[in-house]
Amino acid sequence: MTILPNGIEVEGLAREFKGGVRAVDGVDLTVEPGEIFGFLGPNGAGKSTTVLMLTTLLPPSSGTARVAGHDIVREGPAVRRAIGAALQEAALDPLLTGREHMRLQTTLQGVPKAERGPRGDALLERVGLMEAADRKVRGYSGGMKRRLDLALALVHRPRILFLDEPTTGLDPQSRADMWQEVARLAHEDGVTVFLTTQYLEEADVLADRIAIIDQGRIVARGTPDELKAEIGRPTLEVEPAERREFEAVAGVLARFGTPVTARPGATAVRLHGNVDQLADVVRALDGESLTVTDFRLHAPTLDDVFLAKTGRKLEGGEPAAEPEAVSA
Amino acid sequence: MTRFLQVAGAVAWRSIHKVATTPQLLLPSIVFPMFFFVAFAGGLSNVANVPGFDFPSGYTAFQFVFVLLQASAFGGVFTGFGIASDFENGFARRLLLAAPNRLGIIAGYAVAAAARATFVGILLFAVALLTGMRVGGDGVDLFGLVVLAYLVSFTATLWSAGVAMRLRTMQAGPLMQMPVFLVLFLAPVYVPLALLSGWVHTVAKVNPFTPLIETARDFISGTPADAALAYGIAVGLLLAFGFWAVRGLRSAEAAGG
Amino acid sequence: MRSQVFEMARRSILQTLRQPALIIPPIVFPLIMMAINTGGLHAATNLPGFPADTYLDFAIAVPFLQCSLFACINAGAALARDVETGFLKRLAMTPIQRAALLIGHLGGVMVVSLVSALIYVAVGFAAGMNFHAGPWGVPALLLLAMLVSLAFAALGAFVGLRSGSGETVQGFFPLFFVLLFLSSMSLPRPLIEQDWFRFIATYNPVSYLIEGIRSFIITGWDAEALALGFGIAVIVAAAAVAAASGALRTRLVRT
Repeated sequence: MTILPNGIEVEGLAREFKGGVRAVDGVDLTVEPGEIFGFLGPNGAGKSTTVLMLTTLLPPSSGTARVAGHDIVREGPAVRRAIGAALQEAALDPLLTGREHMRLQTTLQGVPKAERGPRGDALLERVGLMEAADRKVRGYSGGMKRRLDLALALVHRPRILFLDEPTTGLDPQSRADMWQEVARLAHEDGVTVFLTTQYLEEADVLADRIAIIDQGRIVARGTPDELKAEIGRPTLEVEPAERREFEAVAGVLARFGTPVTARPGATAVRLHGNVDQLADVVRALDGESLTVTDFRLHAPTLDDVFLAKTGRKLEGGEPAAEPEAVSA
Repeated sequence: MTRFLQVAGAVAWRSIHKVATTPQLLLPSIVFPMFFFVAFAGGLSNVANVPGFDFPSGYTAFQFVFVLLQASAFGGVFTGFGIASDFENGFARRLLLAAPNRLGIIAGYAVAAAARATFVGILLFAVALLTGMRVGGDGVDLFGLVVLAYLVSFTATLWSAGVAMRLRTMQAGPLMQMPVFLVLFLAPVYVPLALLSGWVHTVAKVNPFTPLIETARDFISGTPADAALAYGIAVGLLLAFGFWAVRGLRSAEAAGG
Repeated sequence: MRSQVFEMARRSILQTLRQPALIIPPIVFPLIMMAINTGGLHAATNLPGFPADTYLDFAIAVPFLQCSLFACINAGAALARDVETGFLKRLAMTPIQRAALLIGHLGGVMVVSLVSALIYVAVGFAAGMNFHAGPWGVPALLLLAMLVSLAFAALGAFVGLRSGSGETVQGFFPLFFVLLFLSSMSLPRPLIEQDWFRFIATYNPVSYLIEGIRSFIITGWDAEALALGFGIAVIVAAAAVAAASGALRTRLVRT
């Protein structure tokens, strides 16, 4: 195993609980310094258990891992000095104010006394909580709590940051704010970010590379584009302007792909090629004087990747039927 | 009237069912009165040997009466907690919307509290008899005691209901409980009125609960009782807190539940 | 370590101060009960062999125990909340030493208990308590009261850490309440008439804690009562702190 001072290296990591349940079943991965690594999977896949092990809060049953160059079992204190973590629960004391949390955290992290106040204030400013700093946390919104949680994780200037489902339960604006901050941490401050999420969009937007975990095992890894390209081909869905032209439109589309299930009133195919075919489709429809009211291209999603690898949809979690081939 | 009874019956059934099927609600109702009886009658029985303490039926009966009335009163307070909880979780709004006669809601809660008091009272009586309580009163006296206990239960329920309906939050719990607690304990709890001393004696003399408990003790010992005063006070309190509870209901209605 | 202890203690005190329900009832309620019982059971002082002239002198020891009971629940509930909210995990990520976490937390609870104890002593003197142990007896009484508080607070901490549930901690309140009642809280043991009750009170360690505190007031320096009171307080406190430490070790898992 190469030692990456600001990275994460995991080899065969596993964790078994009472009753023989293997929540994490042999995970291998490498996180390069300075990258945002997305760890994507449904509820119960093993994401949080993996994070707990990598943050030294849960000993592994087997396997090894080095975080910031330190072994997670033998060098726990060194790991903790190098990392920050915002875990699944916001983990705040409702009776303390934001500033008091900062004071506690800076003291416990050993920040020199003279620096505690300024550093705390700087972090509160950074996450937009200065105005609310002297209010008790129980009066904070969900987004504010998450921001404070993040700020507390950064108190000791960690090189690696673990974020366990940081935007679960947040409204869209708060989620966007959090994404912006995470991106800034990685791209401007060079912090390595290990981000677990069950939201496809979050992994897609934020992560440089992704690993998809299901039932304790990694089922796919790569950049979002690589993974989607692996699966593939986009789907084109078209709604004819005239109902009587439906069969004709379906016939044209069938020349360019395999018919699949579409929403009512529309017809769809999975293209044989890629989006470059779109122009040809348009020309073909035009050539037969067929007009359409809706023309949609569905690129493969990470959900499609998960479906291809596991037979289940990631969002919704129900076993999904493959789009059926429809005879034209 | 029919609607009133229907609503009262439905609310009472639901409250009784909820308590009967929820151990966390049922067990304290039973265990605490038993425990108090055992602690007071058992631990303090020597107090009956204090010069001037002459209660014919003995200390066990002396304390049985207090614990019975205490259990009746606190059953009403706990019902008040339930009412507050119903408002807090929105169930009360459902009741207000559905009930054709809203006074029946209050009556239903009161009936549920009385049912709880009945159950606890029977258990307490059985335990007291098993521990050797001497009952000097006859059937009429015991009936009188039971009626007093029910009046205490209804009064405490109406007081608590009035608080719960005005504040509509579980945080009103202490406000329901503390006055009842003080009224109960600033009375001849451990010794007769004549043996109390200091400010407690002064307060107990004017405490409306004192005639109730003294009369109740007269009933159990079969000695002549000033029942008219006790019942007069009990009924008067019942009417006053009935008015209080109805005003509380109107307050809840005005706030939209 | 010192700054860690101080910060944890400060947090514990702030938590208590910001929840009036945790301050007022533990201080006020025992005093109300004591006032009621003093008037209500004054007649008991006429029983042959009653060891005090006034029931106040006899009963003033009880609020210290009741206060310890509240300390127990408060300490346990706060730690259970830290487990439930994940705050303990946040602390685990810092270099905080387990000892500092526990000492600081219990220390904060003890500060509140000390303030309560001082209030009880002041109220006692104001109400005419006859304090037989003299001036040095006051700090000694406070020391015993603090040991008792520590014992109960550590017990509460153990339950809170072990269960991770505030409800479970609250569920212990009736148990301790029962222990308090089945003791020599209301009458001296020799004057408890019922054999079974006297038997339980004799083997109930709470009796000796109350009697130890009470002895400062009604006797002065009673070697036996103090030996038993301090001895049991120290044993229970030591065992409870050890149990709480063990529970914390399990909860604060980190490699």
